[in-house]
Amino acid sequence: MGIKEGKIKSMSREDFKNNEYIDKLVEELNATGANVMVGKFDELINWGVSNSLWPLCFGTSCCAIEFMSLGAARYDMARFGFEVARNSPRQADYVMVQGTIVHRMAPVMRRLYEQLAEPKYVIACGGCAVSGGPFKNSYCVVPGVNQILPVDVYIPGCPPRPEAMFYGLMQLQRKIKVQKFFGGVNRKEKIEEFFAEHPEERGQIG
Amino acid sequence: MSDLKDKILKIYPAAQFEDGQDLLFTVEEKDWLKVATALKNDLGFDVLSAVVGMDWKENRGVVYYLTATARNWEMVSVKVLAAKSGDDEYIHSVTSLWKVANFQEREVYDMFGIKFVGHPDMRRFFLRNDWVGHPLRKDYDANPALNPIRLEEETNEDDTRTYEVDADGKLVENPGKVFEKNEYVVNIGPQHPSTHGVMRFRASIDGETVKKVDVVSGYIHRGIEKLSEGLGYPQLLHFTDRMDYMSAHQNRHCLCMCIEKALGIEVPRRAQVIRTMMDELMRISSHLLSFGCTAMDLGATTAFFYGFREREQVLDIFEKTCGARMSMNYNVIGGVIADLHPDFVKDVKALLSIMPERLKEYHKVFSGNLIAKNRLVGVGVLKKEDAINYAITGPSGRGSNWSCDCRKKHPYAVYDEVQFDEVLLDGCDSYARYMVRMKEIEQSCRILEQLVDRIPEGDIRAQVPKIIKLPAGRWYQQVEASRGTFGVYIESVGEKTPFRVHFQSPCFNLVGVMDLCCSGYMIADLITIGAALDFVIPDIDR
Repeated sequence: MGIKEGKIKSMSREDFKNNEYIDKLVEELNATGANVMVGKFDELINWGVSNSLWPLCFGTSCCAIEFMSLGAARYDMARFGFEVARNSPRQADYVMVQGTIVHRMAPVMRRLYEQLAEPKYVIACGGCAVSGGPFKNSYCVVPGVNQILPVDVYIPGCPPRPEAMFYGLMQLQRKIKVQKFFGGVNRKEKIEEFFAEHPEERGQIG
Repeated sequence: MSDLKDKILKIYPAAQFEDGQDLLFTVEEKDWLKVATALKNDLGFDVLSAVVGMDWKENRGVVYYLTATARNWEMVSVKVLAAKSGDDEYIHSVTSLWKVANFQEREVYDMFGIKFVGHPDMRRFFLRNDWVGHPLRKDYDANPALNPIRLEEETNEDDTRTYEVDADGKLVENPGKVFEKNEYVVNIGPQHPSTHGVMRFRASIDGETVKKVDVVSGYIHRGIEKLSEGLGYPQLLHFTDRMDYMSAHQNRHCLCMCIEKALGIEVPRRAQVIRTMMDELMRISSHLLSFGCTAMDLGATTAFFYGFREREQVLDIFEKTCGARMSMNYNVIGGVIADLHPDFVKDVKALLSIMPERLKEYHKVFSGNLIAKNRLVGVGVLKKEDAINYAITGPSGRGSNWSCDCRKKHPYAVYDEVQFDEVLLDGCDSYARYMVRMKEIEQSCRILEQLVDRIPEGDIRAQVPKIIKLPAGRWYQQVEASRGTFGVYIESVGEKTPFRVHFQSPCFNLVGVMDLCCSGYMIADLITIGAALDFVIPDIDR
């Protein structure tokens, strides 16, 4: 049984700009093949997970204010099932890193990530979380949150518009749609596994 | 000014005056505490406006900016060079005179390694306890191997130290503890949805009553001041938008004014009016957000939606003219970057026409609510003399009946031509601070009403040199940002990049009164007191 391309209700495939990426993931998954029963379970679970993504309230600076706009009436993220912002990482599905992560915050961020329940996802939102942004050269800024966490989706912008945040969140939905829950996981859950494949990302972790 | 000079010479005959924008004189370290006491008690300099640590390569020291409220908000600056004792450098602390110096001096210690004698709690403020070096020193070693990204927790958080000078002039270190051994300490933050950012409070409690709050800051310290030293003047403008992002226009206005003052640039009138209007729109958007968040912290989610509804309308105005909803990057040296959008006047009028009604709605939904009143009235009392001593400006200071509006005291842009009232309430509690914000929205609307039909034609930007070099000297400029008096200090040695930039943010002082305001109240009130003080964390940490 083949895995279908990650189709989501909110936006058509043609409107996304990086379909090759999703195609590649699908191809990778189909190469190993999946049992019909397990495949059906995967589909069901992925359908559920992708439509009720609960974020962890985590914002350090400007992006967090735009995330609040996302929750308010005009943008209303409840339309997509993202609205249940949790204050405890144990109840959340993903963490959207909104803002700069500095040295003092790094261990806290890392611990919050470890407290998230599986399956968990990370979105780097805004220039600072993606690469350090305008503060990249500073003595105490982590140049990109990917130095300490495996990141699933990057949203550029300073801060990204609410529409851009939606785009990023929908990309995450598509990514979840093509994941294999049973038997082999195509996401990099353990940071060491991630670094084994991407040695250049290792950074200066002590 | 010469009158003040004579008076200073009377209390300190050895004063050496320097030319510059503000009156500046140098004081020997051994005389500093005596002179500071005389400045406060005899000459009435009751507000410590800024504490700027400095590294002049051959020696280090601090520049203090003092304001006398009773003398028409006259300012004086004092330069104190650090005394040496072996490898250590020290200055006597002025925390006994101005309480606001507590965190300010800790910041200077963190960034420059100058130790303050007599300071009750000499710990680092922004950086980790195990940080190597002092970043704002000119000879700081930025080698990442010295300070890698550490993923282990910090240790020895409870250890502090005080310093004193013994009879031989040697610096002696005495260990101390932040909390006693048998105290029950509750940790709040740094990741907590109600701290409005990544701020960490450690509260010692007795039952449910807060006894002491220890503020642990620096979870978003990005080293903006150090970064600024390596950038040209037009390049460092964008940092101000990212400090207090709810006062982006005002902060940037301040930095532009400071550079314009140094260069002697006359800003065209059209740009002045546009800047004033943008500042007031920003203030409205900030107070609306503050209203929504205060309400949400108390569990009133509906009010949050109401506040954001009008805020979106303000953001639309920004977006049309500046091209962004947040981090607008609109003010530039000499004026503003782009002309107003053709819809600007129409949109502002539309906003002004709905605001009075919407404000009534807010009061109906939240201000008169019994629960809101129970949680806010009489909570977090900050007396007027404490507000002055802790330099609490902005709506929080005015909620303690302290007239401290920079738009009235040192008028800039076109604030001296418009009619508006400085909102003062004498409740001194969280509710008064909240109500000042709501009334300031009305006053901002009033300013906009006067200006919206009177935007003059003309240039939006003055001619500025292609390469901006400031002459040697130092400048200090203040504006009234959404949360209080925002100050910029620039010292230049005549190069393309500044020698030192310091941002004096209002929220830095606001968080300094958390201990005072929360002591004696319930632990649940800590959140509402913080919400009513309305600090923005990236503004504190910079």
